[in-house]
Amino acid sequence: MNVRFLISGDTALVVEFGDRIDRALSDRVLRLSALLCGSNMPGIVETVPTFRSLMVLYDPLITDSGSLTSAIRNLLDRDSVAAKTQSKLWRIPACYVASHAPDLAEVAQRTGLAAEDVIGRHVATCFHVYMIGFVPGFPYMGDLPEPLVLPRRTDPRVKVPAGSIAIATNMTAIYPVESPGGWHLIGATPIRLFDMRSAKPALLSPGDKVRFEPITPAEFDEIRAAVAAESYQVPCEQIAV
Amino acid sequence: MQSLEVIAPGLHTTVQDGGRVGFQDVGVPASGPLDRISLRLANALVGNPEGTPAFEMLLQGPTLEVHADSARVALVGCSASIEVRSDNPRRIPAGESATLIRGDVLRVGALGDSVCAYLAIEGGPDVPQVLGSASTYVRGGIGGFKGRRLQQHDTVPLKCRRVDARPERALPGPLDLALDQPIRVVLGPQADYFTDAAVETFLSSEFTISPQADRMGYRLEGPALAHAKGYNIVSDGIVTGSIQVPGSGQPIVLMVDNQTTGGYPKIATVISADIPVIGRRKPGRRIRFVAVDVHEAEVLRKQQDAAVEEQWSRIRIVR
Repeated sequence: MNVRFLISGDTALVVEFGDRIDRALSDRVLRLSALLCGSNMPGIVETVPTFRSLMVLYDPLITDSGSLTSAIRNLLDRDSVAAKTQSKLWRIPACYVASHAPDLAEVAQRTGLAAEDVIGRHVATCFHVYMIGFVPGFPYMGDLPEPLVLPRRTDPRVKVPAGSIAIATNMTAIYPVESPGGWHLIGATPIRLFDMRSAKPALLSPGDKVRFEPITPAEFDEIRAAVAAESYQVPCEQIAV
Repeated sequence: MQSLEVIAPGLHTTVQDGGRVGFQDVGVPASGPLDRISLRLANALVGNPEGTPAFEMLLQGPTLEVHADSARVALVGCSASIEVRSDNPRRIPAGESATLIRGDVLRVGALGDSVCAYLAIEGGPDVPQVLGSASTYVRGGIGGFKGRRLQQHDTVPLKCRRVDARPERALPGPLDLALDQPIRVVLGPQADYFTDAAVETFLSSEFTISPQADRMGYRLEGPALAHAKGYNIVSDGIVTGSIQVPGSGQPIVLMVDNQTTGGYPKIATVISADIPVIGRRKPGRRIRFVAVDVHEAEVLRKQQDAAVEEQWSRIRIVR
């Protein structure tokens, strides 16, 4: 496969595996990110995985674009593609009741599905966290089943409440904090996606898997209270991928 | 508890240190100073180690009352001076340290030519480290003093209750703010998304920093840059200095609070040596870009660091 090295000034190098959103490309991005984080290569500051490329931030006083490019090429050449990795599977409580899902009826209408069917398909999918961006802790998760694919809203909201579960294009996401947003809101979760007090502030990392577990509004309130009291843990298990 | 009381907050005064490292993969920008050189020199004047948090001021500085036995301060990054109201009223020029005592009020007014300047205080403000840094990321409410810019009546705690009596220090000469210097860029990572004519226009035209400029990005006004392959890419990483061009054709230079990923093609990237240079430019100022290759950019950065080191080593004693 053709890997491109794109120069992003003198502090970042972009290793591009392709130009589309694709699980196989994402796996290669995440694999290289893990390799680099474990490599202790001098001068690497941090890495930012995205759908189809890895941004490698470096300190130009310690290393340079040329040496980094050859070191990464070597690493990619030597790497066994068949390497097995572990991943986390999160079960995120999700309330799809109309009061928590302002756009569900419209999504049902536009996709020609019953609201229950929209929910059913969302719940049945095991999502892959491709990347985190837009605002701290905002996960881009895919892939949404084809019948649920819709363009973004033509009229973005100025305020989307924290915890909103949203869909747009072939992605789903959860808004970690109140922010503007143009995605369709089909549910809400009472859990916290981003906590700056924690050494690991974002609940989800690129490469994690996510399933949504339907809950009632009463359960939503209970879990939200438990989250506020710091006595709730999002169910999570290690899986081989 | 020793502190600075905010009598007037200035336009946008925040705590910044070297920046936040290691959380861009979960969408947290690096933040830190627009002008790391001035921050470093301001810290050096008051005897702080590099990376000590200090106050970054934009356009208009604050008025602060000292609630500590004594406090040593220094202002770097602009032509303005510190006005001290006390029994011993005086002006402290930029680039010089001075010691104030309890009850003294210091005022930094309009900054003048530069958009940003730094007020360092010996020991630094006593704010918690959030995700490994004291830098304020206002949009995310993260870090610094309560995750926001200073407001009237805030009381910002200080690390030092009193400072040792010792001679004050000054920079060897005024800092060159390089306000007219062209901004050097490395073309890419998506220069191929633009027509050859657009790249040519980008490098030969003058742009003006629009009033909608903040720590996240400087929007520029100038000739529209034409895309050759549309203006949407599959989102990829953004670095401080990335110049993205949305559908309007008007470039945006992403600055220190830049979002970590984005879906507009990026025609070029400002070299790291020139981030502080563009960081000082006010809305309304004109900018020209000139292309260098990445190797030159790396050399320029090393030369710049050596020059700052040299300036640091020539800090002299004034009294």
